[in-house]
Amino acid sequence: MTIQVHRVGKRFGAFVALDDVSIEVPGGSLTALLGPSGSGKSTLLRVIAGLEPPDSGAVILSGLDVTRTLPQDRGVGFVFQHYAAFRHMTVWDNVAFGLQVRKRPKAEIRARVTELLELVQLQGYAARYPSQLSGGQRQRMALARALAVQPAVLLLDEPFGALDARVRKELRAWLRRLHDDVHVTTVLVTHDQEEAMEVADRVVVMDHGRVQQVGSPRELYEQPANAFVMSFVGPVNHVDGTFVRPHDVLIHPIRAGRPMAGQEAVVERLTHLGFEVRVELTLAEGGGRLWSQITRGDLERLGLEPHQRVYVEALRARTFDADAPPVRDDALAAAVAGR
Amino acid sequence: MRSRQLPLSGPARQSALRTTPPLWLRGGVLVYLGLLIAGPVALVVRNAFADGVGTFWTAITRPDAVHALGLTLLIAVVVVPANTVFGVLCALVLARSKSPATRILSAAVNLPFALSPVVIGLCLLLAYGTRGWFGPLLDAIGLRVIFDVPGMIVATMFVTLPFVVREVEPVLREVGTDQEQAAFTLGASPVQVFWRITLPSIRHAVGYGVVLTVARAVGEFGAVSVVSGHLAGRTETLTQYVDVRYLAFDLTGAYAASIVLGAMAVLALVGMNALRGTVHDGREEAV
Repeated sequence: MTIQVHRVGKRFGAFVALDDVSIEVPGGSLTALLGPSGSGKSTLLRVIAGLEPPDSGAVILSGLDVTRTLPQDRGVGFVFQHYAAFRHMTVWDNVAFGLQVRKRPKAEIRARVTELLELVQLQGYAARYPSQLSGGQRQRMALARALAVQPAVLLLDEPFGALDARVRKELRAWLRRLHDDVHVTTVLVTHDQEEAMEVADRVVVMDHGRVQQVGSPRELYEQPANAFVMSFVGPVNHVDGTFVRPHDVLIHPIRAGRPMAGQEAVVERLTHLGFEVRVELTLAEGGGRLWSQITRGDLERLGLEPHQRVYVEALRARTFDADAPPVRDDALAAAVAGR
Repeated sequence: MRSRQLPLSGPARQSALRTTPPLWLRGGVLVYLGLLIAGPVALVVRNAFADGVGTFWTAITRPDAVHALGLTLLIAVVVVPANTVFGVLCALVLARSKSPATRILSAAVNLPFALSPVVIGLCLLLAYGTRGWFGPLLDAIGLRVIFDVPGMIVATMFVTLPFVVREVEPVLREVGTDQEQAAFTLGASPVQVFWRITLPSIRHAVGYGVVLTVARAVGEFGAVSVVSGHLAGRTETLTQYVDVRYLAFDLTGAYAASIVLGAMAVLALVGMNALRGTVHDGREEAV
């Protein structure tokens, strides 16, 4: 089931949440909508689900225009950031809800709920109430509830946002495995670039209600369309209008009589983070500041000390046209294909 | 064992100090409650039974007393369901509607709290009385509102209108709309969402509001008194009966009827406490 969003606009008073947004989500994919808060990603997800009517544009599910269709008739599963667990129902009744309101036979409901509780590893928790579950368990229950009605599309709104870092990591890996098993077209909203890169096949980067770039995690990282995408999907140094990733800042020792590529700089500070070492530098000319990400091995080989003078060389440095318009999905797809 | 006191850090120490109020404060509260509430109530009970249980029984089984009790219950039976349904719907509008007009609605709902019941009675007299706004219309269809039971029901409805609304509205706000939206995406119709999601999540608040409404409906005096016409055995509620007996120097009758009212109040309080217990039993805590 493919999802097409065609030129959707949405305003809340004077705030433009979605500004002429078009995206296409291929059937069976796991796509992430990535962006800072207020970028419009959650609104876009709610428009796809039918929970928010768009001011303009259309939502097309599997070729069918559902823009005016009620959420209950769209065949979408929605998982909320704060679980939206039915507090007065047991885990079993939560998962069975969608089937019960559809008046499915009791035997079928029993079989399906049992199967789903197994899928989300909550077999022993059927009789518990949501308040007796941990956050991670609640969110797995919410996923089972959404999957129970066999939705054509699964929409997840910051599903791991309210969980602590360790549980979040576990659930990410679990969701990826689940998607590989179930293959339902999934859209995940997140503000965490690591989560998007780790889980999704395709990432839609949004900012200020517009799509900034669409691509695979690798494409976004290696060929960012603009300065925003470059800064949002990974750490970046910004010196005089040039952007360079810290791991692309190479450090060379100064050796007498051997002219080197790059510029002279002074080591300001070394931060040891285990395998990775951060080297903060100030350029001798212009005083620009940047940092380099090197390994412990590199550090030992270079023998760096604070106040030491070195040469720095920037690989894959990029400049962006400051006023470059954000790229729409179709235009970008063509650009990527032609590259 | 070496005894060594743990130094209490700031907040822990403060809360330890705060948990035990000083003796004078506890004593003061007890004296205040004793003089105002416990003493007088105990005296009513003593006086009601002063001439023995037999006299008490005779007093409350007099035809006028039985009729007054019946009318009081009848009014409650009509008013409570009406204000429960209206209260839930009104709370839904207040909690969910973003229109600025809800501020006016909210103020209107609070009006019965602010207005003296006697004034409410007079308002109804002006609206539904023979010379009131709707007087000719009511006359034409032959419906007598003022100085009859319908007027007493309307007066009680007016007075008890805010209770369910004010209990349910904050709970609706706190619960939010996530659960309802989740139910919609799972294929539930608006009717199914209301009965299976919205109503169960506010059921304790509704119950609490109903208990408060019952207590107020049974105990209402002022507004009903203005519109009832005080016809013994016809338009007299139990509270009015107490008043009439007292003014007729039939103190035993007045005290006995008061005991019946008091018993109903105790039942309402027990119900209230039971509901309060379930509201805070953890299962209903925010998830």
